[in-house]
Amino acid sequence: MSPVPKLILQRLVLGVVTLFLVSALIFVGIELQPGDLAEQILGQSATPDTLAAWRAELGLDLPPHVRYLNWLGGVMQGDLGNSLASRRPVADLLSQRLANTMFLAGYAAVISVPVAVVLGLLAALWRNGIFDRGVNVGALSAISMPEFFVAYVLILVFSIQLGWFPTLARIDEAQSLGDALYRCFLPALTLMLVVVAHMMRMTRAAVINVLASPYIEMARLKGVPRWRIILRHALPNAAAPIINVVALNLAYLIVGVVVVEAVFSYPGMGQLLVDAVSSRDLPVVQAVGLFFAATYVTLNVLADILSILSNPRLRRG
Amino acid sequence: MNKTPMTPLLEMRGLRLEAGPVKSPTVILHGLDLTLRRGEVLGLVGESGAGKSSAGLAAMGVVRDGVRFAGGSVRFDGVTLTDLSPAKLRRLLGRRMAYVAQSAAASFNPAHRVLDQVTEAPVLHQTASRSQAQQEAIALFRQMQLPDPDQIGLRYPHQLSGGQLQRAMTGMAMACRPDLIVFDEPTTALDVTTQIEVLGAMRDIVEHFGTAAIYITHDLAVVSQMADRVMVMRDGREVETQRTREILSDPQQDYTRSLWAVRSLERPAKPADTPPLVECRDLTAAYGEVTVLKDVSVRLPTGRTTTVVGESGSGKTTLARVIAGLLPPVSGEVLWQGQPLPPDYARRDPALLQDIQMIYQMADTALNPRHTVRETLTRPARFCRGLSGRTLEARVRELMDLIEMPPGQFLDRRIPELSGGQKQRIGIARALAAEPKFLICDEVTSALDQLVAQGILRLLMRLQDELDLTLLFITHDLATVRAVADQVVIMQQGRIVEQGPRQQIFDSPQQAYTRRLLDAVPQMDPDWLSRVR
Repeated sequence: MSPVPKLILQRLVLGVVTLFLVSALIFVGIELQPGDLAEQILGQSATPDTLAAWRAELGLDLPPHVRYLNWLGGVMQGDLGNSLASRRPVADLLSQRLANTMFLAGYAAVISVPVAVVLGLLAALWRNGIFDRGVNVGALSAISMPEFFVAYVLILVFSIQLGWFPTLARIDEAQSLGDALYRCFLPALTLMLVVVAHMMRMTRAAVINVLASPYIEMARLKGVPRWRIILRHALPNAAAPIINVVALNLAYLIVGVVVVEAVFSYPGMGQLLVDAVSSRDLPVVQAVGLFFAATYVTLNVLADILSILSNPRLRRG
Repeated sequence: MNKTPMTPLLEMRGLRLEAGPVKSPTVILHGLDLTLRRGEVLGLVGESGAGKSSAGLAAMGVVRDGVRFAGGSVRFDGVTLTDLSPAKLRRLLGRRMAYVAQSAAASFNPAHRVLDQVTEAPVLHQTASRSQAQQEAIALFRQMQLPDPDQIGLRYPHQLSGGQLQRAMTGMAMACRPDLIVFDEPTTALDVTTQIEVLGAMRDIVEHFGTAAIYITHDLAVVSQMADRVMVMRDGREVETQRTREILSDPQQDYTRSLWAVRSLERPAKPADTPPLVECRDLTAAYGEVTVLKDVSVRLPTGRTTTVVGESGSGKTTLARVIAGLLPPVSGEVLWQGQPLPPDYARRDPALLQDIQMIYQMADTALNPRHTVRETLTRPARFCRGLSGRTLEARVRELMDLIEMPPGQFLDRRIPELSGGQKQRIGIARALAAEPKFLICDEVTSALDQLVAQGILRLLMRLQDELDLTLLFITHDLATVRAVADQVVIMQQGRIVEQGPRQQIFDSPQQAYTRRLLDAVPQMDPDWLSRVR
């Protein structure tokens, strides 16, 4: 009997439990901040009476656990609530931003994952050679610089000096896909430079680790060429750690874009979150936070499941 | 037969292999000469570190990472392998020269089906189309007496047993009908009853195709079944080479004779009639839902050696773990001098814990590599016996004397600086630091060379006499049993098949399994394998 369905179910249940914990943490985190939306909107000159009236209207006078449960109940039914600041449904605010963020993250992922894996494999193939060293130095330098710095350097070189790409990545629905890809190239490139090193290094390390196995020596003694040893004999056995690091970095691409979005004035989730936090717009912060958490959890669960499936020992009992 | 001198298939001349820095290299082979004719099987015998495996790989023009050819040449069928470019060598590897490794389980890629791996070389070297290669592979599986040869290749390596994988690997080596196969300890990891079948199948197929082979092993009895000639190696040099029958009956060199003599260690058995120190009653134990020990009852007489023998998975180690309290049994009990022992070691009296000590197979992993010998020994002496200061130092030195290692030379060495045999001695000293009454030795000599293992066995026997220890000796090696046992317990699949005094078990075994086990032990007689099959 294959243990796979049970293992997958375990991962899914754990994922859901994690999400609940995270939702509570987000709520507590916001509660701990001084001030609330009422004070934010009415300013310091507001009288206690007006503040109380505002709070009653927004439901801010209820005890925290009641507000949490109300919110959670809404989320379960697909209702993310209304923004306290703009009174519009959070879902409406989110949807366009979400699409934008996913577009940019997907764009960066499509470039960076293959680049990272191929560079990692080549580095393992020619390990300790000039190529290996060059790639490592390059990738580590890229990851060592803060992403806003990388972003500004790219803008300076490619937009201002060479004039190849726009400085701002403003996109809207009217643009064609090609135009959007062109406008988002620099932010995507910035993100790529940030995430490639991690995935590349893990691919290299995992493959080199596997290359020490007796079955690799066996393949060598069968006269199997080196590139085939790497691709066919080493990579499938190195897949699990690589998949996990890729998932972690994909999550980072979605969640960690706040700074890059800000630099390129890109209308994504990150900017929405920053605005919502500064205006104490609790439902929006919660929704965005929950979405980010869900991204992490989903990608990690997915990585776990793929790792399980990549292992014939688990797959076939 | 043929009067014109045929050119040999393989000729190694003055081959020198080095590792490490070029200026002060470690020499692995000191100018080795080796000649192999077509269809001939040459046995390479020696202890670990003798350079057997390096010589075997060098015969294929290959060195491991970090090792380099530093002189001499290897000629294979008129081609000088040592001068060949990697790409040209690759075209010979797998096609005209093949390799069978020690651990088949580790040498098959876990991610691919067995058949795909067996057919990889013929497809890659284009000696056959994929479907042809698959048909051939199935024929080879049949020839190697694998069960269900048509379907077995569709399984993944983890779905085959060690013996099946070893046969599949021999089939894999044969896939391109090579001129030369290098067998590197191919049956060392197998149980004896499996080994005999695999040896037979390997010998048949090598004879069938007339393939020349280099058979590397530390087991003289095995090599005498397989080889036409035997070369004994030591420290990267040839000691002597003779035809198999001659080297067995008339070894010329002292070193060869000492290797032969190891097998004759036999201490007279003492009567197992003393009162039992430990007694197991109807022990049943399980890991999760898998029952590994079923109704095991055994008495371990005080001051005697009881050996538990069985193949892997027979429950030998589990029995030791239950007695030590590491695995509480599902049912049954362990008595200590007639009193029931708490099943879990955590609930046992500290004095009792000190009385029962274990020595492990892998001294490498059982000792903390960051500690010195002194640290390894002072800790149990301080913790168990409450020693400190000068008495502690005296005790540590006394322990070193007991295991015949000069304290001045070794106390401040770190564990990784020691040889395998020395590490195992430290493992013994650590167990003795607690001044135990009962020692559990779990395959303590299995990872060691025969000469070193013999030293450890002699040491344990001497310590038993001096300190009046009761030993539980777990092993799969019947030669060890013959050497040390007073009482023998034979286990199979979690049950005791037979138990009794050593003489009785060896001279008049009552159970069919015991006889099978005894018969499967290779003898130093070139005709043994043909006779028993």
